[in-house]
Amino acid sequence: MKAMNYRGPFRIRIDEKPMPEILHPRDAIVQVTRACICGSDLHLYHGMVPDTRIGSTFGHEFIGIVRELGSEVTNLKVGDKVLVPFNIACGQCVFCLQGLYANCHEANTMATAGGGIFGYSHLAGGYDGGQAEYIRVPYADVGPTVIPEDMDEEDALLLTDVLPTGYQAAEMGGIQKGDTVVVFGAGPVGIMAARCAWLFGAERVIVIDHLEYRLDFVKNYANCEVYNFKSLEDPVLFIKHITNWLGADVCIDAVGSDACGNAMQTITGKKLLLQAGAATALHWAINSVKKGGIVSIVGVYGPTDNLVPIGNVLNKGITIRANQTSVKRLLPKLMKHVQDGILSPKDIITHRFALEDLPDAYRIFSSKLDECIKPVIVL
Amino acid sequence: MNLVSKNLNTLEGWGIDANPENDPTYPMRDRDNNVTGTRPTQQIARVEVLQSIERPHYTAVFGETIPPSGLSGQLRRYAFQHSESRYRHWLPLLLADRIQEYEEIINDVKKGKIPNFYAETGGKAMWRYDKPALIKKVACVAIGAFIISCAFKRLLK
Ligand SMILES: NC(=O)c1ccc[n+]([C@@H]2O[C@H](COP(=O)([O-])OP(=O)(O)OC[C@H]3O[C@@H](n4cnc5c(N)ncnc54)[C@H](O)[C@@H]3O)[C@@H](O)[C@H]2O)c1
Ligand SMILES: [Zn+2]
Ligand SMILES: [Zn+2]
Repeated sequence: MKAMNYRGPFRIRIDEKPMPEILHPRDAIVQVTRACICGSDLHLYHGMVPDTRIGSTFGHEFIGIVRELGSEVTNLKVGDKVLVPFNIACGQCVFCLQGLYANCHEANTMATAGGGIFGYSHLAGGYDGGQAEYIRVPYADVGPTVIPEDMDEEDALLLTDVLPTGYQAAEMGGIQKGDTVVVFGAGPVGIMAARCAWLFGAERVIVIDHLEYRLDFVKNYANCEVYNFKSLEDPVLFIKHITNWLGADVCIDAVGSDACGNAMQTITGKKLLLQAGAATALHWAINSVKKGGIVSIVGVYGPTDNLVPIGNVLNKGITIRANQTSVKRLLPKLMKHVQDGILSPKDIITHRFALEDLPDAYRIFSSKLDECIKPVIVL
Repeated sequence: MNLVSKNLNTLEGWGIDANPENDPTYPMRDRDNNVTGTRPTQQIARVEVLQSIERPHYTAVFGETIPPSGLSGQLRRYAFQHSESRYRHWLPLLLADRIQEYEEIINDVKKGKIPNFYAETGGKAMWRYDKPALIKKVACVAIGAFIISCAFKRLLK
């Protein structure tokens, strides 16, 4: 079968790989019909994630058709069209039982801090991903969800990660009616977070980025205020200024370790890899939130250390909430919101590529070319 | 050992201010139902799978992709002798990633497959949407290659 093949930072190609096999009675083999590239894949593509082995296939956002089932999977049948949450979760460990599917303790032999994720290096379990014709899906009786007849398949595709992640970012912010929310990052995740902030009753939603085309998009899509940090000398001071000098009630980091905007963070985090990526957005989030406010982190950082003003977290009495998204926990609610027409995630898709064009797709998404917001691979 | 056997109920004031609502976890931990969890059936490894030493055993499922091999594999095996809390774990892994890149270029060439760096790095997309960056990159590579070849010639003399 054809699959994406990582060859080193900024280098990928499409190669023939052996067909995946059932390795556990709860596995399924899924034929991928659509897959995305995610901002999280860029951390791998940029070579920032330790134990990203050459030859890996990335891709954790995909939908497809069930082609083979292990003996213990009874809730699916061959031919079912499924959306597959990006977390690999057993559904029966102490963490899964608490709804922390992202933190399943039975899916990642190589690390304990993170759970298992499709196509996300050996840091997340060493599984091949969905940027391929076929994929092995472990715990197929837990994650994969049959796509309802009346749901657009590209909406279903974005329910595997982006929409739940934006939603969880807002949810972890504990947003209450009347709150001012600042979202750092106008990528797919930040766009969804800004959109979802309204569902919790925010009174004001502000999005910060430096890409004008993304700010234009989110302004219309999520009906929010937008500011370009390139034109602000000091984004933190600016946010204080527009929030009565107190700061926002909730700040959301939807940027993660590939942040721009601060030379020291960029050099130490992205060039020299002396910290686990550049924590510029998180730094700004901590410093722009109100005393006693909440910082919600969904932007991804590597496993080592980051330079953030932890003293200010203490002195301001900030509550930090963070996690990978437990997609399965949120799916019932979000599928309904999509079916009811409240949320329309597929509208953020700007590019569609064939699998063969993946190297160009990665380049376009990574370098933010051609006004790209969300690229999809059509198989 | 520091373990002191104690009967909590005889400790003065034990639990008098306990407040189950003061729980910042999210989703809030279910403490009432004594959630314990069970283990799924164990997958059997067919290849070498490196295991975090912060775990007592393999997780019930795991990926079998790209077992460690070569020098990068040795480094990875070393890294996995240390916990996730130590630089001795992460730095060798980062180094192994860089080394494996070159090991794999050699493997590619051995198989008669010369890597097409232009295509692999999305050169076509850059040519179409970001020519200045592409030209800068190509110039940098050319200058680098020139300097290295000059240095080599000197060395050989
Ligand atoms: N927690 C989860 O489960 C989860 C799931 C999916 C993605 N993520 C993470 O969310 C983050 C965003 O993902 P994405 O797909 O939207 O990526 P993306 O790369 O498309 O978007 C990131 C955006 O942040 C902007 N940005 C850079 N520096 C900034 C700064 N200092 N302040 C404000 N904006 C800045 C960029 O211009 C870009 O528009 C990534 O770190 C990704 O790994 C987390
Ligand atoms: Zn993703
Ligand atoms: Zn679990």
